[in-house]
Amino acid sequence: MDITSPSFRENATRAIADKSLQKALGNVERGFIYKRSKAVAAMPEFEDLRDAARDIKNHTLANLDLYLETYADKVEASGGHVHFAETAADARQIVLDICRSVEARTVTKGKSMITEEIALNDHLEKNGITTVETDLGEYIIQLRGEHPSHIIAPAVHLNKDQIEADFRRVHKDLPPERNLEEPVSLLAEARAVLRERFLAADVGITGANILIAETGTSIIVTNEGNGDLTQILPRIHIVVASIEKVVPTLEDASAVLRVLARSATGQDMSVYTTLSTGPKRSGDPDGPDEYHVVLLDNGRSAMLGTPFGDMLRCIRCGACMNHCPVYQVVGGHAYGWVYPGPMGSVLTPTLIGVDKAGHLPNASTFCGPLREASARCAFRCRR
Amino acid sequence: MDDATPSRPRVGLLVTCLVDAMRPTVGFAAVDLIEKAGCTVDVPAQTCCGQPAYNSGDRAGARKLAEAVIAAFEPYDYVVAPSGSCAAMMKQHYPGLFLDDPHWHDRAESFSAKVFELVSFLVDVRGMSAVEASFAGKVTYHDSCSGLRELGVREQPRKLLASVAGLEVVEMKDADVCCGFGGTFCVKYPDISNAIVGKKAATIEDTGAGTVLAGDLGCLMNMAGKLARNGSKVKARHVAEVLAGMTDRPAIGESE
Repeated sequence: MDITSPSFRENATRAIADKSLQKALGNVERGFIYKRSKAVAAMPEFEDLRDAARDIKNHTLANLDLYLETYADKVEASGGHVHFAETAADARQIVLDICRSVEARTVTKGKSMITEEIALNDHLEKNGITTVETDLGEYIIQLRGEHPSHIIAPAVHLNKDQIEADFRRVHKDLPPERNLEEPVSLLAEARAVLRERFLAADVGITGANILIAETGTSIIVTNEGNGDLTQILPRIHIVVASIEKVVPTLEDASAVLRVLARSATGQDMSVYTTLSTGPKRSGDPDGPDEYHVVLLDNGRSAMLGTPFGDMLRCIRCGACMNHCPVYQVVGGHAYGWVYPGPMGSVLTPTLIGVDKAGHLPNASTFCGPLREASARCAFRCRR
Repeated sequence: MDDATPSRPRVGLLVTCLVDAMRPTVGFAAVDLIEKAGCTVDVPAQTCCGQPAYNSGDRAGARKLAEAVIAAFEPYDYVVAPSGSCAAMMKQHYPGLFLDDPHWHDRAESFSAKVFELVSFLVDVRGMSAVEASFAGKVTYHDSCSGLRELGVREQPRKLLASVAGLEVVEMKDADVCCGFGGTFCVKYPDISNAIVGKKAATIEDTGAGTVLAGDLGCLMNMAGKLARNGSKVKARHVAEVLAGMTDRPAIGESE
């Protein structure tokens, strides 16, 4: 995607004047802040749990080479393949080569910010492969030619009437007089359209919320079940994940999951938590014939041992942007690249350069809800 | 003010730049309150605490100012500021400026341990539980970010306000959400700052209170400016003015 971070100031001014965007941003408070605080209040040990999860990430990052090697060995032992990608370009090429190996024409995708980071869809499309986003929010913004404005709620910048207009524009073979008043009817329509795509796909690509070294397992959490259909139905499942997603054990993964859902959406657990270990084994009723994991570095190993290393603890819950007064008025697109809000103000300059993204860390009121005792950051990424 | 005894601790007042330049009343109110809390007060020659430099990444400049502030205030038992953000700078961030210099680091640690924001000093350190002041009407209290999240200032001002005769505190929605000031932030990104304080002004208006109080002049000037430009009748005052009974002069931004 084009980087517009250098014109953050102008982007922000435009966003503030955009009435439709401002209306949509009102949903952030109703949808996330309130639900998270309720979930946290219902769990007295939440702060301790957060510390425990942070310690797991610190330990893993201090021994990252060991856990990545263990993870890779376990994936291979379960019949899968691991590909280390140093750069975004390497990762794109690896995915393309796998798709070409089966002459793939259509790829379905679960929600993945790493594939945004490496601009995978563009690369596959340029090479003649159709990509279909299957997360509802991702599906909607793909129809609009947009990118996610929030790391867990990619279409949070849109209102229902805009989505209805897009569906009427794109789903031309459906009766124009159909009623799309209710959000549930939009959902049903997307589900029917996507069902065909799931069945037609040659390759399914997902991200990973967690990788488990002990078992060689990748985990995705979703609320729609689209990730499961993406990875189970096609012949090939490709997991694209960054190296800091690994944790040592299944027990550790459980600790991270407990913090993740509460911090992200205020749920005790997401509706689907899907664990994948290798391809279909004999006797399995379903699953892919091939299971690939592309592990992306893209500058992360260079962050280890620097003041920015703590950022690698981030589990992408999105709580920082939900609570950020700047994000709340400018939305995610104003930040001008893949990662918006406070986590992006740390990560984006390290990935695309301070020369391009210098505005992002400056665009902070120092209000500090991420840093201190009442911190919302799931992993105290700043401390 | 030289009658310090073991029972009357000596307080050095860091007036803060904004109070000095924009709202001296707050400084006089602070002196009054600290004396009522059984302390003597000195106002030694002083500079900025270095916060704007620190937040802008100028660690060397911030360190120079920190050295001057530490030297000026070392003789006192306590260092008190009528500002959560200046106090937080001195209490939380000074030692980190001297990590490469054990001598200065030790001095900074000893200094930082003595630093307090005004209202939390009165309540937490001096055990003040009530003031003798009166103020007729409803007020709402904005929790400034640094005082709240770096120093734990939340209940202390509400506790003392509850003792002010005739005063009623009406809580605004999201009292703990940033007003959009952010020090240099409001200069660097005025449009964003304006949008954030626009939301804050609306939640203040919604309370029906006639006055908004806070413990930081930066936030107060930001909110007062927005309220005035909106044509609001809500006035803005530093909480110390009300606690010290110094509300007979114009509110922040009001003409004489």
